[in-house]
Amino acid sequence: MNGVLVDTTALIGRHLLHLRRTPTRILGVTLTPLTMVLVLGYMLNKAISVRGGDYLGYMMAGVGAQVALACVGSIAIGTATSLRNGLVDRFRSLPTSRGAILVAHTVSDLGLAAIGICIASIVGALLGWRPDTGVLSIAAGFGLLLLFTYVMLWFGLLLGLSVRSPEALGALSGLVLVCGSFLSNAFVPLDGLPGWLRVVAEWNPISAVSSACRQLWGGPMSASTGSVVSEHPLPAALVMLAVIAAVTVPLSCRAYHAAEPR
Amino acid sequence: MNAAIEAEGLRKSYSDHHALNGVNLSVAAGTVLGVLGPNGAGKTTTVRILATLARPDSGRAVVAGHDVLREPREVRRRIGLAGQYAAVDEQLTGRENLVLLGTLLRLGKQGARDRAAELLARFELTDAADRLTRTYSGGMRRRLDLAACLVSSPPVVFLDEPTTGLDPSSRATLWRMIRDQVASGVTVLLTTQYLEEADVLADRIAVVDHGVVIAEGTPDELKRKVGAEWLEVTVAHGRDLSAAASALSCVAAMPPREAAGGKSFSVRLPDGMGAVATAATALETAGIEIAGFALRRPSLDDVFLHLTGQEHS
Repeated sequence: MNGVLVDTTALIGRHLLHLRRTPTRILGVTLTPLTMVLVLGYMLNKAISVRGGDYLGYMMAGVGAQVALACVGSIAIGTATSLRNGLVDRFRSLPTSRGAILVAHTVSDLGLAAIGICIASIVGALLGWRPDTGVLSIAAGFGLLLLFTYVMLWFGLLLGLSVRSPEALGALSGLVLVCGSFLSNAFVPLDGLPGWLRVVAEWNPISAVSSACRQLWGGPMSASTGSVVSEHPLPAALVMLAVIAAVTVPLSCRAYHAAEPR
Repeated sequence: MNAAIEAEGLRKSYSDHHALNGVNLSVAAGTVLGVLGPNGAGKTTTVRILATLARPDSGRAVVAGHDVLREPREVRRRIGLAGQYAAVDEQLTGRENLVLLGTLLRLGKQGARDRAAELLARFELTDAADRLTRTYSGGMRRRLDLAACLVSSPPVVFLDEPTTGLDPSSRATLWRMIRDQVASGVTVLLTTQYLEEADVLADRIAVVDHGVVIAEGTPDELKRKVGAEWLEVTVAHGRDLSAAASALSCVAAMPPREAAGGKSFSVRLPDGMGAVATAATALETAGIEIAGFALRRPSLDDVFLHLTGQEHS
């Protein structure tokens, strides 16, 4: 067990060196959410009204979720690239636990996401975002966002191992970002959506995570429709994340185990 | 003799083709087997199976005393793999690459650092050790890749086309370094498309084509399969050609064969230096002015083309 820890630490060190040498990766996962904060939270803040509070308070949860979505593409492309240049083969030919390799990759990208969420939150605070539910509750909100990010990173890993083409993944990651952000209540309350789409968006895990964060941060909520997800967003979000992780983690490990270069 | 690598009946199909159709290989400990074949012959698939990166559909293989399917981890502890692409992390320096591998191979912090310094020196990379590997030349990357697969001093090393794409001088450097490793007792399985490379490095050669081993033996044995030595004679004046040919007909094993240009021909000689001396004396006695007199052994190119039936390509 101790050995696995040494491996994981060494591999995290590798990813941190990468980050130090290409700090622009932080931009990759922060740029879109930051733009959303500035455009929606500042420029259009007064133009969008939500029940029970300020729009900035509503959207900050969505911004956090969007950082997580941006990480999906980033880790997927990284994985596909290292499959292509033979590095994955080198690591797989070592007696190192393959779990350590994947955990190190996801944990270090989680650090990247944390930086992104911090930057977005600071800019939000500068624009007047003031969650007021107490330190514990606010921290719990950030904790939930990080948990969501971590699960999304495993999803991204699986995507990268399955799709394999960095070019295709570049296009897909844009799709994940846009669909994830707008087929959910991350930025816009679901009230105005057509009926069937509203159900889809409501059961989107991103909606559950965003709603739960709003609840924890005391932001304005979407109107409840009486469904389980809108009544109890936090437990719903936790269950959904557990289910997604239960699928993506073993599938990623299996895909990595069997990875053949194409 | 103890086999360090033993494969029996390896088969592997991908959705669209049969990559391996029953590969048998055996490499004695401390020797080099060159696996020679054209692109798509199954060389890389064989290496991937032996290095536990891919599972065969059927067949079995034992590497360094452990079954690749049943004890892949034990095999991984005892092998080094340098794949077709120099698999180095471009965003790390040469030293960081080796230290990372040393740590993963449980050499300990200091142990990994010492081993990295030692390998960098041995592969003449000390000056470039602290530069990012993306600034390395192709030859330097290959050297680092070779160093990387030796971090744990594995008894068995797989080199998949180690010099593909290198210029001749980098290739010669790499050959020298591979030979140094072999001298220290490592068993090497090397795939290559270069006959010269197999000839220089390998003790034995397995020629593969369409997923099967079509010939196996020492370089000399394979050359002998294609035929004995040829004597190439070039006369100074074209008019002497037939006189020279008839002078040699007494020593030749087969009738002389005239080459293009009208001034040279080749005869197949029976084995041994005696035949060469007799031939030289016969030409001397006939008083023919000779411009060229050379003994030519079949090259591995001849072997390869002969075996794969692509003589006319």
